[in-house]
Amino acid sequence: MDTKNYLNMELLRFTTAGSVDDGKSTLIGRLLYDSKGIFEDQLEAVKRTSEKKGLENVDLALLTDGLRAEREQGITIDVAYRYFATPKRKFIIADTPGHVQYTRNMVTGASTANLALILVDARHGVVEQTKRHSYIASLLKIPHLVLCVNKMDLVDYEEERFDEIVNDFKGFAAKMDIKDVRFVPISALDGDNIVERSQNMDWYKGGTLLHLLETIHISSDYNHQDPRLPVQYVIRPQKIEGYHDYRGFAGRIASGIFRTGESVTVLPSGFSSKIKSIKNLNMDVKEAFPPMSISVELEDEIDISRGDMIVKPNNQPNMGQDIDAMMCWFDDKPLALGGKYILQHTSNEARAMVKDIVYKMDINHLNRDSEDKEIKTNDIFRVKLRTTKPLFYDGYKKNRVSGSIILIDENKNTTVAAGMIR
Amino acid sequence: MDKYYITHLQELESEAIFILREVAAQFENPVVLFSGGKDSILLGWLSMKAFSPAKIPYPLMHVDTGHNFDETIEYRDMFIEKIGARLVVASVQESVDNGRVQDETGKYASRNVAQTTTLLDAIESHKFDCAVGGARRDEEKARAKERFFSHRDEFGQWDPKNQRPELWNLFNAKKNLGEHFRVFPLSNWTEMDVWQYIALEQIPIPSIYFAHKRKVVHRDGIMLAVSPYVQIDEGDKVEELVVRCRTVGDLTSTGVWKSDASTVEDIIKEVAASRITERGGRFDDKRSETSMEDRKIKGYF
Repeated sequence: MDTKNYLNMELLRFTTAGSVDDGKSTLIGRLLYDSKGIFEDQLEAVKRTSEKKGLENVDLALLTDGLRAEREQGITIDVAYRYFATPKRKFIIADTPGHVQYTRNMVTGASTANLALILVDARHGVVEQTKRHSYIASLLKIPHLVLCVNKMDLVDYEEERFDEIVNDFKGFAAKMDIKDVRFVPISALDGDNIVERSQNMDWYKGGTLLHLLETIHISSDYNHQDPRLPVQYVIRPQKIEGYHDYRGFAGRIASGIFRTGESVTVLPSGFSSKIKSIKNLNMDVKEAFPPMSISVELEDEIDISRGDMIVKPNNQPNMGQDIDAMMCWFDDKPLALGGKYILQHTSNEARAMVKDIVYKMDINHLNRDSEDKEIKTNDIFRVKLRTTKPLFYDGYKKNRVSGSIILIDENKNTTVAAGMIR
Repeated sequence: MDKYYITHLQELESEAIFILREVAAQFENPVVLFSGGKDSILLGWLSMKAFSPAKIPYPLMHVDTGHNFDETIEYRDMFIEKIGARLVVASVQESVDNGRVQDETGKYASRNVAQTTTLLDAIESHKFDCAVGGARRDEEKARAKERFFSHRDEFGQWDPKNQRPELWNLFNAKKNLGEHFRVFPLSNWTEMDVWQYIALEQIPIPSIYFAHKRKVVHRDGIMLAVSPYVQIDEGDKVEELVVRCRTVGDLTSTGVWKSDASTVEDIIKEVAASRITERGGRFDDKRSETSMEDRKIKGYF
């Protein structure tokens, strides 16, 4: 590998969900092993443990089932992050358990992903679990979805079977909002169409899975239209030559492009000014875009603090105290109608009261249930909240950063729910 | 690739900076743990960039086992001055002297366990409510499960089965009095990313990372540097070799590797070709399969 390649590599975050039966661990194991993401001492340790447990094959799930409880019970409880790189891209896999009782873990893994990788068994086709995972991918607005039809060796590598599953999935996906769906017939066990093209499926003209992961276009996944800079921290140098009056409003750009000299408006005050300088860390730049961490200096002295948002005068987010959101409940204690929670949104914080539960989703069948309003762990539902102060927000569909919220239990301090503003 | 794209290193950098600024905003009295190893050097460097042109708004703390490579201390003082930071030292020797911990004895004696007590005592006495560390998820399987913002109870303990979910870039730092957080801005970096970034930014690193001549002793498949803190018995094989450190900890637990790498680019090539993890040379991890999880639960990094 040319060691200078790294100056030009992109980062792709993808999520997988599923159980050992789907061949998910085998698939990930192969991607990691073929790209040297697994080391010999790790593999040796896993081999030893597999033998000790009397397993026939090396169980690659043991690689990241990092906690004692997980290894003892032989299940993945938590989100596991794994890393590998090819000369073109670096990959972060958020690997999550697939059963319905781990919906919250899937939601967590999906929140930062550019791509969802969903596996189906060629023999069984699209099943309940496939639908559930796809629904979560669409709910969390993951821009790309790759459906891997695995175990093609067990259906004699038949093109007809593959087409049947593809059509089945397309019919179902039409009901959901997924922008970009790709299909790859694979056999994870034998490595067909993972890294190398399959000798057994001449009829498949598309790229291998790794080729797809390396080339799928991701730089347009960011919203470049609506400039939003949530102010995270105010930088005030003291007694530093040349910076006596400097006040830098630091934050990570949520969306849009900011340029020096352009007019901006600060929320909630509504005051306007112009951008005097933009620092991309310690370098002065003329323009900046997501997901850069920058600090901006304004021409006029305006009182700005953490939780404020810098936007464009002619492109402003919604501002209000009534929030309508889809939500996933994480906590063991059920949601309390009328209950009060701490709400975090960008760098802003407020208190929120649960006004109404509109409906609960049956995520196995994608039906809405307006009768049952008891919200328990892993439930996905639509909720109406009232906040103590206005939020500056966009719909999650348009903006994954300014459209997302979490709720925190005021007594236990734990994160109890994640929400996507409608 | 179009104009509005950033590279993977820039994205990791931007993510780490976001976390460091979040630390400065959400905590009253944070501290960055500094060991003199490459990951903590990176934390210092990124802290300098995150708040530029202002000074770093929190101190760096070295938990000093007293069993350091001389080069580490020399480097530490130079680096702290270069980035304009404030240094706090917590001494394991002091903890031993005032009876808080007892030195282990025998051939495998190390201060690895003892430093957890020194660390927790220092967090309490300085009233730090957040300790930032350079741990990465690719290092070790228990660390792979660690959050960016990791809650610790009033005893400094980690509860791995009851961690707060982390979504998007919303970090919940709520806690009760007496509790604290551990924060890991480099969670998503791999060993390779760290070296590539060091090369790109031309960050100075301690000389022990580069190949040099050193007397070593062979022990259970690992080579340790010969020092007054490592007990050498008759029959132990001691020889002088050209080696370098792949991680930097104290003298009793950090293995050295045979290597000719004399520049950062050489190291990158070596890491790319390596088939063994960097912690493969750490004595402290080899005590049992769950030794990292066990130590972390008690408050270790």
